[in-house]
Amino acid sequence: MSLAWTQHLVLVPVLLPLLCGSLLILLNESRHQLKFYINSASVLALLATALGLMWQIDANPEPGSMSVYLAANWSAPFGIALVADRLAALMLLLTAVMAACALLYSMLGWSRIGVHFHSLFQYLLMGLNGAFLTHDLFNLFVFFEVMLAASYGLVLHGYNLNRIRAGMQFIAINLVASLLFLIGVALLYAATGTLNMADLAGRAMDLAGPELNLLQLGAAVLAMAFLIKSAMWPLGFWLPTTYSAASPPVAVMFVLMTKVGVYAILRLWLLVFSSDAGEAAGFGFTALMWGGIATIVFGAAGMLASEVQGKLAGYGAIISSGTLLTAIGYGQSALIAPALFYLLSSTLAVAAFMLLIELIDRSRNPVQALLSVTMEAFGIEESPEQPVGKSIPAGFAFLGVAFALSGLIIAGLPPLSGFIAKFSLFHAVLNPGGNTELSLAGVVLIAVIVASGLAATLALMQFGARTFWASGSTTVRLRISEVIPIAALLSLCILMTTHASPLFAYIERVSDDLHQPGRYIERVLGQPVVPGVLGEEYP
Amino acid sequence: MELTIALGIGVLFGSGVWLVLRPRSFQVLTGLLLMSYAVNLFIFVMGGLWVDKPPLTLAEDVDPAAYTDPLPQALVLTAIVIGFATTALYLVLMIGSRGVTGTDHVDGQEPDQ
Repeated sequence: MSLAWTQHLVLVPVLLPLLCGSLLILLNESRHQLKFYINSASVLALLATALGLMWQIDANPEPGSMSVYLAANWSAPFGIALVADRLAALMLLLTAVMAACALLYSMLGWSRIGVHFHSLFQYLLMGLNGAFLTHDLFNLFVFFEVMLAASYGLVLHGYNLNRIRAGMQFIAINLVASLLFLIGVALLYAATGTLNMADLAGRAMDLAGPELNLLQLGAAVLAMAFLIKSAMWPLGFWLPTTYSAASPPVAVMFVLMTKVGVYAILRLWLLVFSSDAGEAAGFGFTALMWGGIATIVFGAAGMLASEVQGKLAGYGAIISSGTLLTAIGYGQSALIAPALFYLLSSTLAVAAFMLLIELIDRSRNPVQALLSVTMEAFGIEESPEQPVGKSIPAGFAFLGVAFALSGLIIAGLPPLSGFIAKFSLFHAVLNPGGNTELSLAGVVLIAVIVASGLAATLALMQFGARTFWASGSTTVRLRISEVIPIAALLSLCILMTTHASPLFAYIERVSDDLHQPGRYIERVLGQPVVPGVLGEEYP
Repeated sequence: MELTIALGIGVLFGSGVWLVLRPRSFQVLTGLLLMSYAVNLFIFVMGGLWVDKPPLTLAEDVDPAAYTDPLPQALVLTAIVIGFATTALYLVLMIGSRGVTGTDHVDGQEPDQ
């Protein structure tokens, strides 16, 4: 007996990029077109898979519906389980959408200034998707490393002095973070004797005394690794430099990588330290909350102070991470749904902004020297800065409108999705339900988020005024393949505004699933194995 | 035995941290290596310290207490491979940086004297 093919769908987001990336290595670098088509076919297939998984999971009306895949047919706490629940499916979809946009943007220029862009891109997707799906801590480490190894290559893509300098720091910091990850995992294993997240959560409920301390210590060290990824203050100084040095399509994928850290925190903390976790309940939420607030303040100050546009976007990503961490750390279940909405909206908007910055730069300085060391070393002769595709009319007007839209969303001003996200967040904070009163932390949270919105507005207005009103040039040549990704990302944000209700209904279900760790543990550990080939049932 | 191993891990990790904070990229690399050795030992120890116990058996009806925990050993093996690969990658970047910038300072330029 074997599983139906729909149940194997969970493996596709991991296996497909692996195979596709390996295939792309074999192709000669000069075959840009073919490589691009294979890469896009894979990304579109991933998009379809994510939609399929989402539909398959959400079609089941019962709460807590998920698809559990037991690798090699080992039952849950012993083997590695891949779990696609509503949250994982949502993140897979976001990854695929961002990947499609980044890839299309890189079609004519950026993918050609170095070697193995397409393979590394696929491996990055494999790492991201695997990190969203896996339910085993050590396997999470492995997928993190796959993702990071690919990102090391991508940050250096188009090898020049700036990228080498940024890469040296980025890689050193992430290597140390990986070591912290390992220490954390080892401590958790020492405390509970398991690496499966559901099993870990089940055992954490009964821990007390020195073993509980060991668990908390392990979780804290592990959180350090995740928080370095999500750039919480004071662990996030690497982010603005790296983002402004990386090429724009790569920076778009990096925006998503900060969200992986947040995702891991969200998943693990709500599972292991939920309110029904016995003595372990509520560990570390306060630290997340105040750390998040410090991050928002740091990001807002950075936005006001930054002279370079690339750093502006980087600080925007830091504010977004900080807001998410604060919302998780606030420890109120009603905040998770708005936080997830904010995650989607801010990720898309910051990504669009990352891409816009490069085009705006081009309008300021049309003869930009982009030659990289790899281009000389590998004898790639094409000069990608000459627009080869058709250029669109009214390019400057497009840039202005797109800038205004993404600015509105990043700053959280009405009428777009950024405003809806922040408004629903405040609504949840102000209406805690029951007899609980608004705490000091709630007041601080609202004040800081509003102030960061103001800072973002000021910084973006200053930048916009300098670029669009004070600059002499009003013509810029844009290629269609560069305009479509930005338009698509922003249209998605607009769609999120107009169709906020069904999306919120879905996210409410996600949040409900996350807040029922008991049901979750039961479901993962209770997944039956496929009966053996000899027809006997293994225990 | 516990004390010896704990001290060993501590000294390795401490030296690693000191080296990582140094300004020359080769020192940083060596520091990362030392730290990863310390972490590998640490994972190994987390399965408990045992003397003269095999990790696996095929026989049934055995007392699990007579065997050591095989999982940390598998984890260490994976961690070694991954750590080795990523450190090698860093080494390549280090050489590249030396070639392009002409200095082995981690910032890619000498600090002003």
